[in-house]
Amino acid sequence: MTEKLVEISDVTKNYRRDEFSIKVLAGVSMDVTEGEFVALMGPSGSGKSTLLNLLAGIDRPTSGQIRVAGQSLGALNDSQLAGWRHRNIGFVFQFYHLIPVLTAFENLELPLTLTKLSRAQRRKKVDLALDVVGLADRKDHYPRQLSGGQEQRVAIARAIVTDPRLVLADEPTGDLDAASAQEILDLLEQLNEEFGKTIVMVTHDPRAAERAGRELHLDKGRLNSATDTALQG
Amino acid sequence: MIPVKYNVRSLFVRKANTLMTIVSIAFVVLVYVGVLALGAGLRVAFTASGDNSTVIVLRDGANSEMESYFPTETHRILASMPGVARDADGEPLASGETMTLQILERLDGSETNAVLRGVEDGAFDLRPYIRIAEGRRFVPGQTEIIIGDQLEGEVGDLELGSAIDLGRFTFTVVGIFDSGGSSYGSEIWGNAQEFGDSFRRQNYYSSTRLMAESPAQVEALIEEIESSQQINVTAQDEPAYFEAQSNISSGVFLRLGNLIAIMMGFGACFAAANTMYAQVAARSKEIATLRVLGFRRRTILSVFVLEAAVLGLAAGALGALLALPLNGLSAGTTNFMTFSEVRFMLRTTPDVLGAGVLVATLTAVVGGFFPALSASRAPITTLLREG
Repeated sequence: MTEKLVEISDVTKNYRRDEFSIKVLAGVSMDVTEGEFVALMGPSGSGKSTLLNLLAGIDRPTSGQIRVAGQSLGALNDSQLAGWRHRNIGFVFQFYHLIPVLTAFENLELPLTLTKLSRAQRRKKVDLALDVVGLADRKDHYPRQLSGGQEQRVAIARAIVTDPRLVLADEPTGDLDAASAQEILDLLEQLNEEFGKTIVMVTHDPRAAERAGRELHLDKGRLNSATDTALQG
Repeated sequence: MIPVKYNVRSLFVRKANTLMTIVSIAFVVLVYVGVLALGAGLRVAFTASGDNSTVIVLRDGANSEMESYFPTETHRILASMPGVARDADGEPLASGETMTLQILERLDGSETNAVLRGVEDGAFDLRPYIRIAEGRRFVPGQTEIIIGDQLEGEVGDLELGSAIDLGRFTFTVVGIFDSGGSSYGSEIWGNAQEFGDSFRRQNYYSSTRLMAESPAQVEALIEEIESSQQINVTAQDEPAYFEAQSNISSGVFLRLGNLIAIMMGFGACFAAANTMYAQVAARSKEIATLRVLGFRRRTILSVFVLEAAVLGLAAGALGALLALPLNGLSAGTTNFMTFSEVRFMLRTTPDVLGAGVLVATLTAVVGGFFPALSASRAPITTLLREG
């Protein structure tokens, strides 16, 4: 449990808007140990979602190094990065982003079509993931036939169905009512504690952050080290 | 690989847009299949006229019967050649034939160039598929004619029992013949001698048809004819002769079909592109999600190209379905070798329908390619912000 799963060294990220260069991340360094549940907090525009995108390999830093699961992401091209992401990352979006024309089962099966698993093996994994999120009886439902909380649970099931080492969640409760948000946080906590999943969750909700083992605060593109708080030992 | 049901269901999400595109491409297919069906029908009419045991002989240098003439003496030499099949009475299976064009008035007032074919008795033995449907054959020595089934009801003066002036004489229609789908169905037949007298072209034939003893003997007979020092003619088997005629005439339809398909297809490409751009724009977050899940750019490209192909296949199937009733419709055109009118039936053969579906699929794929390319190239973070 002491292995560093994520190592971020002096990462900067600039965006160009017309002739202006906007610095979103200004020299961020941090580590995440395997099995941790980390909450990344900060006000809007502080760069927390950008940092999450960099960790997922869906965006590239302007400078600095990111290593996840022993792999330097800068060394991979787009195609390799896609394959790496599929093997190592489970991503949960704020607005779920389920494919609307596919059922819950088919949505979960989608990432598994990239593997060499047989149809029967895929079915088994999908059923197991749906069971974990408590939606086995909704597998033939389309996203429009589910509530927001159920959609997010399906999205979490899709994120874990490939058994990734790192689960990244971008404001996973941001679009949910309080009760549904609690269910999602319970689920993430369960994934961390029972299944040992390493989770990095972006949130601006302090009550959500309290569920994490550690809180990190980003402000104006910098990590505020004074607020790096280990909440649960 | 992303399952095809994802593409099919996605197309049905935006039904109106998808249907409009399918209908617009289907109309391209309808027109394209219609023009190709004309060509296919014409080809059938010509190829049905050819028999692989029959050799057609023309004056050396002539490409069609219309350009050809030679003395009847030449015909007698040809008929007596070894390798020519003979009937039960020992007579050679041969027919010296004349060809003349006659302008006739159609029922609708327009004019048509009809072929008058003067034949000898052997003409019917050489074309066993031709049979009298109504009335009887003409009698040599009488000014009588029979008319092809494709002319019946097309030309006002031509019906059983009617009289018509052809050249110096007046001929009576004594029969209507079933042409077996061949191009002879647009012709008027009479005795070669009577037509020769009426048009003051006695002692000349346009062509001679000879039946070889077997299809295997055709080559030898052609060589025998062309190497003869006595006569100056060219010989070929009937299928080759009609193939050349149909290539020129049906080739016009093929070129016309392609030209129309390209022009209309260009417009339909924009419809397909529009639909696919709408699909891509409305699904930017889906595309981003697929990329985040680990699908590569080329997979995204293939997903949308496949989706365009599904759109094209549906449009092709609809267009082919709409074109099916064209099969069997009667049409007429000019034989560009003889400048006579040939009447024939449109044929929506499997080849023609297949070509229509192919054009539809290509149209949609070409139209869908650039939207698909833009979908696959956009950065994930940009796609997540859009839509």
